[in-house]
Amino acid sequence: MSKKVLVLADVRRQKLRNVTLEMIGAATRIADGGEVGVVILGKDIKALADGLGNYGVDVSYVVDSAELEHYNPSAYRKAFMEAVRDFEPSAILMAHSAVGRDFGPVMAARLGAGQVSDIVDIEGEGDDLRFVRPIYAGKAFTKVRIKQGTTIVTVRPNNLTPAEAGVGKAGTVKELAVSFEQPDLATMVREIVEKANTGVDLTEAKVIVSGGRGVKDASGFEPLKELADLLGAAVGASRGACDAGYCDYSLQIGQTGKVVTPDLYIACGISGAIQHLAGMSSSKVIVAINKDPEAPIFQVADYGIVGDLFEVVPMLTSEFKNVLADR
Amino acid sequence: MDILVLLKQTFDTEERITVENGKVKEDGVRFVINPYDEYAVEEAIRLKEEHDGTVTILSIGPSRTEEAIRTALAMGADEAVLADDESLFGDEYTAAKVLAAMVKVRNYDLIIGGNQAVDDGSGQVAVRLAEELGIPHISTLTKLEINGTEVVGHRDAEGDVEVVTATLPVLVTAQQGLNEPRYPSLIGIRKAGKKPLTHVTAADLRLSPEDLTARTEIVETYLPKPKEAGRILQGEMNDQVKELVHSLTNVEKVVG
Repeated sequence: MSKKVLVLADVRRQKLRNVTLEMIGAATRIADGGEVGVVILGKDIKALADGLGNYGVDVSYVVDSAELEHYNPSAYRKAFMEAVRDFEPSAILMAHSAVGRDFGPVMAARLGAGQVSDIVDIEGEGDDLRFVRPIYAGKAFTKVRIKQGTTIVTVRPNNLTPAEAGVGKAGTVKELAVSFEQPDLATMVREIVEKANTGVDLTEAKVIVSGGRGVKDASGFEPLKELADLLGAAVGASRGACDAGYCDYSLQIGQTGKVVTPDLYIACGISGAIQHLAGMSSSKVIVAINKDPEAPIFQVADYGIVGDLFEVVPMLTSEFKNVLADR
Repeated sequence: MDILVLLKQTFDTEERITVENGKVKEDGVRFVINPYDEYAVEEAIRLKEEHDGTVTILSIGPSRTEEAIRTALAMGADEAVLADDESLFGDEYTAAKVLAAMVKVRNYDLIIGGNQAVDDGSGQVAVRLAEELGIPHISTLTKLEINGTEVVGHRDAEGDVEVVTATLPVLVTAQQGLNEPRYPSLIGIRKAGKKPLTHVTAADLRLSPEDLTARTEIVETYLPKPKEAGRILQGEMNDQVKELVHSLTNVEKVVG
């Protein structure tokens, strides 16, 4: 039976993140011929609704308000509920991102709904859908179905096939006027501190250059950053590097930390503890650079170089420069 | 200040996972306090040391969970309540209903949990609980300050830090970096055995069958295909680097 599926656009710094198109693709499949709606929340974000019809979106709801400039659970809830009342979805999709990770459960509780978090695939069709998700940070997987009520899922970036342009629907845009007062503003963002390393977001990065204890100190990340800058990559780290104080915990990849699935993961001076492997071994291509040929990281690596990262990484950077310059 | 801490017992993160009869095998596994909940326990004890008050641990899980609870009590929590009645086990929806019923009979100013459990990793229960209770929440904190009733939390938002304010009562969840959990002292361990640990059942909590009906069902649990080890490149370092860059750009096509 066809369904109505509502997607919360994942907006960061007034731009739609790629995962939004991945969710629209999934929503189209789940809708099974039914309608797809997108909700865009934020400040000065109206233009983001332009052209979504061409990706298969039937209705875009826009709530443009100063109170939505930063994520605020209660203000988001009020705005999103307006769209829910109008659209009456039987399934809701959000990104498993800083916003969706928090806001999914808010809406799930509000609607008394089941939620499947952090899905990486969808199997089945029609009313018999199974959502595939990692447990133990990817050491195992489960397939989960929703038994009753509204379906809510949060989608891991970089895993589902994005919707493609060319669908050619007209797509209507509905601007909703929502006013916010207490208690819609029970929490307030006072300021945002942008950290130095946020050029490329870890969970959405196509390439990650990651350092472990082998970087030896904070300055040891410099050659990794140079390579990352060249490749448009994000910089990550192992727990060893974070615990040793070489970098901020926000860079940590592993079972405690972020789970990532980039196209290319370059592990530099990382031995490969089980809890780190859980967070990165689903990456498409893994490169390991380590002095110790017995390091467990080589068992999951597609390409391994046994050597000192301080020698190898700068050589890699310079070779990539040569090759990419010729293109 | 009266603080409630949400605690789950999980596998140690260095454990390998095996699946038997469609379920994750627990035999011989080392269990710990979920690492994110351990930050929550530590933060609660620090706040109590600073502001006075009580720290109560709330947990859902089988009787083995007592071991993790005793550790939290040995760290400095005052008492604990464990819902170990199997009819209370379900999914994230039912867990939030059960915890809400456990919370509603108590006085509290602050609830702290981990931002997710390292086993199922869904990160839903604490936020759902805040909604059930109708109180504000701030998730994934790397820093928490409380002055009177004013709460200031530093929230990890994909690398950025959002400085978020709210007023007690509030629920917060812990992110890595919030603090450095202490090891229980010998005196703490000795005292922990005498601290109250109450067990609650479905009858105690007076939940409706609707509240205890899971919304989701796990239909299959399986291990991923083992990743095959690739190639260790050989030869002069310069040639290895050239070969690697060639492979990544032209064969794998993941760069460029």
